[in-house]
Amino acid sequence: MDDRDKTMAVRERTRDESFVESEQVILEGIDISGQWNRMYEPREITDYDLTYMDKLTDIPGAESMGWCYQCAQCIPACPVDTAGGDYGPRKIYRRLQTGTDIFQHQDMWLCTSCMNCLRVCPKEVDMIKIMPAARAVAVLEGQVPSELQEMFQSVAEYGNPMGQSARRRTRWTRGVEVDVRILPKDPAPVEVLWFVGDYYAYHGRGNDAAQAMARVFDHLGVDFGILGADERCDGDSQRLAGEPGLFEELAQHNIEQFGKYEYDKLVVSGPHAYNAVKTEYPKLNGGGEFPVEHYTQFLSQRLEALQPRLTKPFARKVTFHDPCYLGRHNGEYEAPRQLLMAVPELDLIEMFRCKQQGYCCGGGGGGMWLDGLAADHQVERLSENRVKEAVFVGAEVLAVCCPYEVSRFEDAVKSTGNDGKLEVLDIIEILDQCME
Amino acid sequence: MNIIVLMKRVPDLVEDLEVDDTGKALDSEYLKLTLNEFDDHALEEALLIKESGGGEVTVVALDDEGVDKMLFTALAKGADRALKITGAGEVDGNLQLARMFAQVIGEQPHDLILTGVQAADDRDGQLAPTVAALLEMPCVEVVNGVTPGEGRLTLHKEYAGGVLAEFEVDLPAILGIQAARQTPRYAPVSKVRQVQEATTLETVADTSGAAPSEFEVVVMTPPETGEGAQMLTGVEELLEILETKGVIG
Repeated sequence: MDDRDKTMAVRERTRDESFVESEQVILEGIDISGQWNRMYEPREITDYDLTYMDKLTDIPGAESMGWCYQCAQCIPACPVDTAGGDYGPRKIYRRLQTGTDIFQHQDMWLCTSCMNCLRVCPKEVDMIKIMPAARAVAVLEGQVPSELQEMFQSVAEYGNPMGQSARRRTRWTRGVEVDVRILPKDPAPVEVLWFVGDYYAYHGRGNDAAQAMARVFDHLGVDFGILGADERCDGDSQRLAGEPGLFEELAQHNIEQFGKYEYDKLVVSGPHAYNAVKTEYPKLNGGGEFPVEHYTQFLSQRLEALQPRLTKPFARKVTFHDPCYLGRHNGEYEAPRQLLMAVPELDLIEMFRCKQQGYCCGGGGGGMWLDGLAADHQVERLSENRVKEAVFVGAEVLAVCCPYEVSRFEDAVKSTGNDGKLEVLDIIEILDQCME
Repeated sequence: MNIIVLMKRVPDLVEDLEVDDTGKALDSEYLKLTLNEFDDHALEEALLIKESGGGEVTVVALDDEGVDKMLFTALAKGADRALKITGAGEVDGNLQLARMFAQVIGEQPHDLILTGVQAADDRDGQLAPTVAALLEMPCVEVVNGVTPGEGRLTLHKEYAGGVLAEFEVDLPAILGIQAARQTPRYAPVSKVRQVQEATTLETVADTSGAAPSEFEVVVMTPPETGEGAQMLTGVEELLEILETKGVIG
């Protein structure tokens, strides 16, 4: 019996009339009615309309929502609830149980798919599978928040959420003094195919990190090339936000590009690209895996070559924010820390919520494009909550290694009144600054 | 109600537009065509009217490379039929285009015709009124809200300076849509694919005999760059300027 059948069977059983308590039961002349020894009223749960609970748990992938037994361990683990969002799987289950149409409710969109709830859930209610599956149904029904719809539109039309021309993908290379090989123009075999990603390619602060990466690769003598205008958004966030068709289109395009060149390693800038290429792309590639590494993994394996080149000290207190899709989702906690610890005089301090228990920046699962919705339904942004923690532990620099995070946290530094107190830097920028 | 939406593809302004070597036309090497955004609003308004009162929405466009995806997307959003006008060749200007559309509309059942009020490649807003003149039906331009009624429509039209007017128009009529009542909807990729696999686009040959315009492009140039804006560094600087100009005392 697979999971879906199990859920169905449980549900059928609870609907069976033999499970509804009778007002009075006399068995062989003895009154065995339950009311006299119970302090509660008969449960009213069957009075509610379970249409939307059924609609959700009938979606392949979303069955586990029905397994929740309301223990509420997920609630303090949920970053959205922590930020005042009145959220978490237990609360969603309860709302469904009492008849809420979640397909027209903000609960459908607030989850950032950070996976912290699944870590503590004894029933394995899996929001990472539930949310994309349920959202795909909502999107097909036209129930998409407008800010998210705009992003889908841009990605579908231009291959990136900014709605920018593909030709501008390489514009950042103009500001860097090292050669960046663009593989479609120069397709000779290459050691590293670097998947730059949308935010590194198009966002101003991302450009800084992309240029830093090119310089660090150059310092280390890494032979690298990029896809240039042929690269498309990795699609992971679009998949998690409920557009599986768009994800497939993007993934198939990128897989086709990867197939055109000979390379040893596929290095990605972002944890979402890492997650997509590592776990999702093979499903569309006949099971064929890619030699993919997040840049922190690639560089941490080259510490012997890297460390002697880190000659300028960085005498500041630095804390590191674990990206959900590098850490919890893919188990990589050490590579970024090894890089930071290799920097001379850098004082690495940890926040309370780190590694497996790391807090979410709010950008995952489509959250990057749902700031308006989050503002309407949360007391604060997740990024603001996180920045306050970084300041609290005494950090002067918040180091990140996800392209979504620099702009999110920089905004949060300003909006929490911490301008000038905390600097947000991509790890690659710190490494670049410390090289001669 | 039979609603026809006239759609056209225009150069995508996300790409840098460059003038080609002749100095008379856009360089087509990097030119990407996309649906005219006002036509997207016209389609959205048509779908909203259909959803509120029933009817059938037919989208019509000239055949070109890439038009199929645009039409399948319109079907995925909720249009019922898509018509491609074939054999039109190079079309030059809205007069010629209007003649082609008018001929096709004449052959189809129609109560209401919607199109974008203007397009990035014309900005003259002449398509709707020209089609209306050819078909001898009423036309309202710059419409940003339609309420369907019995045999007639109530419309909101926008004038310069934020002035709004309410119109009533008898059907059949043609409207130049400025903005739909809501943001044009999104068609999920899987739905577009589904439609693409299950539907064949209808084609209709252009027999209008519409001739290209007799105007000739003499020269095409990008706008001249001005001196640029002066970036101010602080409020003091702003106050100083306002004082110098006598705006504040």
